[in-house]
Amino acid sequence: MSHAWETIIGLETHVQLRTKSKMFCGCSTAFGAPPNTQVCPVCLGLPGALPMPNGAAIGLAVRGALALGCTVHPKSVFARKNYFYPDLPKGYQISQFDQPLATNGTLSFLSAERGVVNATIVRLHIEEDAGKSIHDRFAKATAVDLNRAGVPLVEIVGGPDLRSPAEARAYLQILKQLLEYIGISDCDMEKGSLRVDANVSVRRAGETALNTRTEVKNINSFAFVEKALTVERDRQIALVESGGTVTQQTMLYDSKENSVRPQRSKEESHDYRYFPEPDLPALVLTPEFVAEQQSELPELPGAKRDRFVASYGLSKEHATVVTATRTVADYFETVAKTSAEPQHAANWVMTEALADAKDHGDQLRVSPDALSQIIGLVKGGTLSHQAAKRVFAEVAAKGGDPRALAESLGLVQVGDTNVIAGWVTEVLAAHPSEVERYKKGETKLLPFFVGQLMRASKGKADPKLAQRVLEEKLAP
Amino acid sequence: MSDAKAVADRLVKAKRLNALLTPPKELRKSLNTQSAEARPTGVLYGMPVAVKDNICTLEFTTTCGSRILEGYRSPYEATAVAKLKAAGALIAGKTNCDEFAMGSSTEHSAYGRVIHPLDKARVPGGSSGGSAALVGAGAVPAALGSETGGSVRQPAAFCGVVGIKPTYGRVSRYGLVAFGSSLDQIGVFGRSVHDAARVLSVISGRDPRDSTCEDRDPLRLPTVPESLQGFVVGLPKEYFPPELDPAVRRACDRAIRMMKELGAAVREVSLPHTPYAVPTYYVIAPAEASSNLARYDGVRYGPRFNGAADLRSLYRSTRGQGFGPEVRRRILIGTYVLSSGYYDAYYRRAQQMRALIAQDFRNVFDRGVDLLFTPTVPSPAFKAGEKLADPIAMYMSDIFTVTANLAGLPAISLPIGRVKGLPIGGQLIGQAFLEDEMIEAAYALERVVPATDEA
Repeated sequence: MSHAWETIIGLETHVQLRTKSKMFCGCSTAFGAPPNTQVCPVCLGLPGALPMPNGAAIGLAVRGALALGCTVHPKSVFARKNYFYPDLPKGYQISQFDQPLATNGTLSFLSAERGVVNATIVRLHIEEDAGKSIHDRFAKATAVDLNRAGVPLVEIVGGPDLRSPAEARAYLQILKQLLEYIGISDCDMEKGSLRVDANVSVRRAGETALNTRTEVKNINSFAFVEKALTVERDRQIALVESGGTVTQQTMLYDSKENSVRPQRSKEESHDYRYFPEPDLPALVLTPEFVAEQQSELPELPGAKRDRFVASYGLSKEHATVVTATRTVADYFETVAKTSAEPQHAANWVMTEALADAKDHGDQLRVSPDALSQIIGLVKGGTLSHQAAKRVFAEVAAKGGDPRALAESLGLVQVGDTNVIAGWVTEVLAAHPSEVERYKKGETKLLPFFVGQLMRASKGKADPKLAQRVLEEKLAP
Repeated sequence: MSDAKAVADRLVKAKRLNALLTPPKELRKSLNTQSAEARPTGVLYGMPVAVKDNICTLEFTTTCGSRILEGYRSPYEATAVAKLKAAGALIAGKTNCDEFAMGSSTEHSAYGRVIHPLDKARVPGGSSGGSAALVGAGAVPAALGSETGGSVRQPAAFCGVVGIKPTYGRVSRYGLVAFGSSLDQIGVFGRSVHDAARVLSVISGRDPRDSTCEDRDPLRLPTVPESLQGFVVGLPKEYFPPELDPAVRRACDRAIRMMKELGAAVREVSLPHTPYAVPTYYVIAPAEASSNLARYDGVRYGPRFNGAADLRSLYRSTRGQGFGPEVRRRILIGTYVLSSGYYDAYYRRAQQMRALIAQDFRNVFDRGVDLLFTPTVPSPAFKAGEKLADPIAMYMSDIFTVTANLAGLPAISLPIGRVKGLPIGGQLIGQAFLEDEMIEAAYALERVVPATDEA
């Protein structure tokens, strides 16, 4: 049914900034402390307490805005968003409203359906987080933990530019990659440092006006983004096809049921009564401050990928894989430079290094220097590829010098023709019928002999040399 | 060195005023401790200073005259209080006030009304009525109050004492329980200009905890001038309307004559947007209050009123029973003027008008006027109950004081005479951060004006 329909999605992403202290007080932002231990009069909203802006958080927010190509405004204004909730200690959240920090940026991502999409970033603004209501800890009571209250966030509002749940996922993936690259956030959805709400509407293919949208909330994990949006899209299409109309409301996603339900109207329909925060002067950024943040930005993922293609001769696909995170990209580049073998470096990173990291908490356990040495040993004929993999695994598990390990494991290749000739004689003697068939012209048996020889040598024979000696001995 | 017992005795003797919320026993005990710990080198060593109950103290509860903060003890103290203590002053208890500083008579306190020190049938003004009454009764030489629309100057005028409202940003608001954050300033009462000014000097200056507090050194006290030679004093005609109480007018005329005799040049000026000041104030202040008072929800501190079956009824019963009628009225007004569909018509227009009112003052000061002189209040202290049924009449008693708050300017009220035994206040409004000039002129006027004579 859906081919006749077009889905319109815009994402609002809340990103926790990686700062030591909260947005408006000195309390720690560390995750996982006992409830209500990282609090003070300011973030508790005690009578008479006043906010003081965290300069480090503002710097990180500006970096985020610059990385997204936004216009960073020299003057922006904090505003109060008023609503009552037990985990909102002041009864308002300090945010920004009609004069946000930054507007009008772009995020490019690759859509499976449409190729490169340049999605609009409508705005990026700074705000403080609320606390956490815990409904399942005590029977018949809700507990409130205010450790998170006042933690700095940026809200990144994307335009209605996404056309499928898959695109939403791709957009979010690229956004996450970018924010991790520039180091402004952990972007850990499970810890709540990246949260996403989605505005979803549908229209018949060919229509240009936007229809009534719903807001999907409670998407708690990366894995649920596509699922939740698919459920909501399908719900809207089914509704309209059966003659109904979409009403503007907030839908809560339930990952266990893979379903959405409307938020009770009591929980929403807020009139937030925004007005300029009188406790804080306007946020004025000097050109020098903005330039300083710009200079703190590292090479962004897209630029790095293009450079890897140009200077290391990698394919675009390989370059994309090794630039997936800044850590991997830096790792690759160090190995590529020290080994002077960029393509081999890329191959090793994409296979052995990433596979090992995946099983070991994303740690790249073999140092770039050790991997360069391993690549050098293969290149110099000291290690076979198979042996090198074993050395890699040993270095990963135990550390140590690759060459010394290779020697102690007896993996160093034998390049002595006389020794190899001895193995050849042994192998040929053990397979007389194959020798006969070869001599009658079945030269495709050569790899068989090489294999047998490698086995006989326990992998130590230099395969190229072994092949040459075999060919000589088998020559008619 | 002031004796803690003598200080406490004087305060307890003024008990009939209902100006002090701190129980006598607790007061005596704390004064003993404070007196033993006070720094002898401090410039205010041993000076008792009573503190309005909307300013956070460690020694005493901070209730803001409200049921919703009954028994509330702040875990931290206001910067102004910390500075007083560092200067050796004794915090001489907490003073009664209109609930959350909303009122002009100190009748809107959950802990009963404050009695005027000279006439028990009358109000001391408000909202800092407790502080004003204690200084007026001679129980303390100085006290802290707070201003949002005249809450120091108006009761100072009613009680025949000096009241100073500094420039917005001169004194840290950290620890002052917020009412209208863009208007609020801690102010000072004193028996004399000097007492008030030296307390102001101690509490003024930068504070890294308040980003609206200016990065300036503490105010330096001027010396008492020989004359007012070189001062140009403006008389804004809008502050001397035909319906002004004749006695107030006579007292003002006498003060003006004396300033001339001291060598001041006096000229009539106009602040044309004055008529809009009270309506502007009564949009902005309640708007900010509606947000500032949202935190009193019974969830984290303060009493939680029962009958809460769910969250909404918890909020409803706590806020409905915890706040008095005037506070509820202002929260309603403030919520209304900020709500979508009304914001532009009320809040935005009020902000525009506020800018015009501030511009009025700049225009006058740009034309060579140093200070403005006006009556502080249109009439002397009124009778208790007289204006309770008519909020607008109550609000109009702030007509000459709200402008300085809207424009963020410093202003001082000092006694300039009496009518039928009741004090009359005269007001000097200064230029931003030029408190020293304003205090200089007040010194000169104070020296010559017969403050306790009938006008």
